[in-house]
Amino acid sequence: MKKLINAPEHVVRDALAGMANAHPDLITVHYDPDIIVRADGPVQGKVGIISGGGSGHEPMHGGFVGKGMLDAACPGAIFTSPVPDQMLAATKAVDGGKGVLHIVKNYTGDVMNFEMAAELAAAEGIEIATVITNDDVAVKDSTWTAGRRGVGVTVLLEKIVGAAADTGADLAEVTRIAKKVNAQGRSMGAALTSCTIPHVGKPSFELPDDEIEIGVGIHGEPGRRRIKMVSAAEITALLTEPILEDLPFSSGDSVLAFVNGLGGTPLIELYVVYNELTKILRDRGIRVSRTLIGNYITSLDMAGCSITLLKLDDELTTLWDAPVHTPALRWGV
Amino acid sequence: MHITAEHVITFIEQVAATIKAQRDYLTQLDSAIGDADHGVNLDRGFTTVLTKLPGVADKDVGTILKTVGTTLVSTVGGASGPLYGTAFLRAGMAMGDRFELGTADVIAALEAALEGVQSRGKSARGEKTMIDSIGPGIDALKEANAAGEDFISALRKGVDACEAGMRATRPMLATKGRASYLGDRSVGHQDPGATSAFLMAQAMLGVVEQL
Repeated sequence: MKKLINAPEHVVRDALAGMANAHPDLITVHYDPDIIVRADGPVQGKVGIISGGGSGHEPMHGGFVGKGMLDAACPGAIFTSPVPDQMLAATKAVDGGKGVLHIVKNYTGDVMNFEMAAELAAAEGIEIATVITNDDVAVKDSTWTAGRRGVGVTVLLEKIVGAAADTGADLAEVTRIAKKVNAQGRSMGAALTSCTIPHVGKPSFELPDDEIEIGVGIHGEPGRRRIKMVSAAEITALLTEPILEDLPFSSGDSVLAFVNGLGGTPLIELYVVYNELTKILRDRGIRVSRTLIGNYITSLDMAGCSITLLKLDDELTTLWDAPVHTPALRWGV
Repeated sequence: MHITAEHVITFIEQVAATIKAQRDYLTQLDSAIGDADHGVNLDRGFTTVLTKLPGVADKDVGTILKTVGTTLVSTVGGASGPLYGTAFLRAGMAMGDRFELGTADVIAALEAALEGVQSRGKSARGEKTMIDSIGPGIDALKEANAAGEDFISALRKGVDACEAGMRATRPMLATKGRASYLGDRSVGHQDPGATSAFLMAQAMLGVVEQL
């Protein structure tokens, strides 16, 4: 294992300290429990927005803390959900008197830890609402699974909901918009390589040099199936078709197209994928009105990408375009 | 036969030692069908629990178990943090300020723990989880106790049933937690949570056999 780390058990703390030093104007890091909060928070009279999850997906979530997006993020150990103490501390730190929205990706651990935190926060008199993202079409949404995983839509949702909170909307309204984003977005990913968790020291799963995993999760969970390596055009089609069929997206729709790198793939390849995606969408009569290309929800050093499509309307487009100023996303300021 | 608060402390210490010794084995089971962190997370939790035990050494069983529960909730993360944390919390609540436990108390504590896991995890038997080893273990313990067997032999039967339940998770299809994403590919692997639960049961028997 070759990694830019000092010791596996120090990775998360060392990275948090690095973030704090790099962006003191935007964020403040508190330890024990570990949380990343807006440097200028809490914002009085605004609904607080927090999220969290295992580390190893950077820049999500800590990189999205700042004006127009998250008020706080709770980083867990690598690929391990944070603990309720963190979400409770974050909730209290961002409470500006209008309640707090918890954005939770649909993983059993994340859901249970946020649930316990919400019970504790409610007991302290803070109004809490929770939205769970579950946009990964690679997982069957049935009683036979823990339900679909929360992946790429989470990034878009955090941006849009952060903007909604900035307009002064109340908790019910912010929650409505959050649920709408989750309902209108779908994602799927493919891995070209596995990823290596520092404290494990070897790849999470074996993937031969000439094979790829279609429908992979963001924690090295295996996907739907394994196939021989094919072209970017074919991979893009394999990811996009299930997304289009699932919502379904149809001719005349306007979408935000998000091509996300999983951490170990160069940007040039993401643009190759995006180019293929535009051809597929053009053939279907679907208009791309906004884009996001880059590494935003990653899986350590995994090579590969995910594609997310979010159906846009005027409301969501306006909120997407609103100013945002965080370590990882910035425009309009 | 009476179990004192001191024995409960010894039990927790034994659990911590077992989890540390089996850390890599549990993580290896988890990497096959989960996310390769079960052993590491539980070890982190119980290592912290060990630092809290001196502070409750002279306290009642309820306080000891609740301290274990809140520490696990605060340090483990993942799904096992809330699940084992809730289990110990509920067992502690059921034991209240007792300093000595009889057989009926131990059964009540275990039942409260199981109920906590089921409600927190919204899960039932047959879904390839820790419930599949804990549930049959409690059943066998209760059955042997009701038949008039002494506590040690009843607990042995409980631990045996717990082990059988753990092995029975191998052919099961996971429908809860991260293993459920694998669908049919989860079949053939032993559940890591059912395994750690069995290790805890074994530690309990070890302490009782020393009485």
